[in-house]
Amino acid sequence: MRAIETITDKVSVLMRDDVDTDQIIPKQFLKRVERSGFGEFLFYDWAKEPDWDLPVHQILVSGKNFGCGSSREHAPWALEDYGFRAVIAPSFADIFKSNCTKIGLLPVELDEASVKSIAAAGEAQVDLAAQEVRWPGGTATFEIDPETKHRLINGLDDIGLTLQAGAAIDAYESSRERNGPVTSSL
Amino acid sequence: MPQSLFDKLWAAHEVADNLIFIDLHLVHEVTSPQAFDGLRLAGRTVRRPDRTLATADHNVPTDDTPTASRIKDELSRIQVETLERNCAEFGIPVYSVGSDRRGIVHVIGPELGVTQPGMTIVCGDSHTATHGAFGAIAFGIGTSEVEHVLATQCLVQRKPKSMRIRYEGELGPGVTAKDLILATIGQIGVSGATGHAVEYSGPAIRALSMEGRMTVCNMTIEAGGRAGMIAPDETTFAFMEDRGVAVDPAWRELYTEDGATFDTEIVVDASAISPMVTWGTTPDMVIQVTDTVPVPEDEGDERALIYMGLEAGTPMEEVAIDRVFIGSCTNSRIGDLRVAAEVVKGRTVASTVNAMVVPGSEQVRAEAEREGLDVIFKDAGFDWRTAGCSMCLGMNPDIAAPGERVASTSNRNFEGRQGRGARSHLVSPQMAAAAAIAGHFVDIRTWNLEEAVA
Repeated sequence: MRAIETITDKVSVLMRDDVDTDQIIPKQFLKRVERSGFGEFLFYDWAKEPDWDLPVHQILVSGKNFGCGSSREHAPWALEDYGFRAVIAPSFADIFKSNCTKIGLLPVELDEASVKSIAAAGEAQVDLAAQEVRWPGGTATFEIDPETKHRLINGLDDIGLTLQAGAAIDAYESSRERNGPVTSSL
Repeated sequence: MPQSLFDKLWAAHEVADNLIFIDLHLVHEVTSPQAFDGLRLAGRTVRRPDRTLATADHNVPTDDTPTASRIKDELSRIQVETLERNCAEFGIPVYSVGSDRRGIVHVIGPELGVTQPGMTIVCGDSHTATHGAFGAIAFGIGTSEVEHVLATQCLVQRKPKSMRIRYEGELGPGVTAKDLILATIGQIGVSGATGHAVEYSGPAIRALSMEGRMTVCNMTIEAGGRAGMIAPDETTFAFMEDRGVAVDPAWRELYTEDGATFDTEIVVDASAISPMVTWGTTPDMVIQVTDTVPVPEDEGDERALIYMGLEAGTPMEEVAIDRVFIGSCTNSRIGDLRVAAEVVKGRTVASTVNAMVVPGSEQVRAEAEREGLDVIFKDAGFDWRTAGCSMCLGMNPDIAAPGERVASTSNRNFEGRQGRGARSHLVSPQMAAAAAIAGHFVDIRTWNLEEAVA
């Protein structure tokens, strides 16, 4: 995973609420077994609308409950492959938000007024270390789980970190793990 | 301090801070190939193949295709074959195309008896909350997390906030678990439970069968909640015993103690719930079947009405449909098929409607055929299919055409979900069955179950 530094760019704006993962990357593109190449199918159906305009910038600004729906990580993959490094919205769906942080796409939750102001300003700077977004006409701070922040700033692999707790997992399995069911004996 | 069901389950699985042990990892073909690739790249193995189970469901054609190699769509075939290859390489039990235990991942877990009270269960699928119906913590996860669980049998997870939805009163006749959850989503909204693990409680929940409870927990994600759960009781234990699983006395401790607190509490009047139909493009755009299409309140509503081809003020019962889909991890279990068959028995699907029934698993299909339900459906003009996710998400050949209006027992009415331009209305199996016969939505409470049979 690429480490996240300060992201400074123009913003792409998609001012809709409840943007679901079926719109971000429709089901017919989930058949790939590769992890890359999803960007060209981002918002595949919406992109055919006559007034559609989503230029390639590093920052996407959108409405509340962004990423609702399915657990497909293909949605953050597609956004990242398209060129986005951060998504700014008033709120995110849980699984989508978690998936973003696993691949180094930064979800930034700001109040609705700030989101609208950034969209109007057309550019922004997202500073993860300071947990701050700055744009012409304003600044706002955002919350992020400290462990997630640490991982994102250093580009760390979650699995590697968990395997460091291998002794704790061994101990759990030997003393506290519940009995069955064992799938291999079905 | 009094503990909730969720508190007890969480504490029992904490390996370290923000790290929980996973008792069962369910895997399917769509969200796993990149995870297995990641393992190979890093030279890692699957820590607990004996706590992992795989099946093929999303891509599988429902036309009785006998083996993965016979799937016509090349990409689908590659994805299912990749699953088979990955499971063989890493020693994971898999029920793929051709197996009589194959089915929708959220149907086969409970059916095989591997979904049990007290467990933590994850799957790379947002409808994993289904398994919470047994008194388990069940989460949907992304592909990076699938890889993480394969490698470590653990999940990095901060404990979510807790929510209790308590139902007062009982459901009226003709009102089902599906209507209960649709009405709840309508009340709290599509992000009403975001950040929360939800416990459903109250007499209306206690009165539900395990299948009804699975329907309720299944759609927790449609309110934004990651996990939905119901404390196990005699209904749960009887279900487990029917599958040859002995009741563990520890399961009787899995309940929310009096005085336990929740971050959010919601009360829903179950007795006021009617049969529901969605009218728009998110699951909270939902009304009673006796209502009229609402006047749009914002831009999102207007967009939804245009997409759905509906006009405000139209009585829902006058809305004609083109297709009926009875299936999906929400409503494809034997109980769902029984009640739908009861509605259609001795009647004929409207000439303007193309209707299909897709059992949730090959075992559900076999049981339905033993009971003669397939004959009832086929005699009425329904297409009787083999198991799979089918038209719930259109990753397989079962897709609605642009503009077609579908009465669907599935869980999402998003734009394009069932096919580009397709218009989905979420309903209960009874309501879908009645709509197939009438050619438009009908209030199932007015349906005369005796009439056609006599």
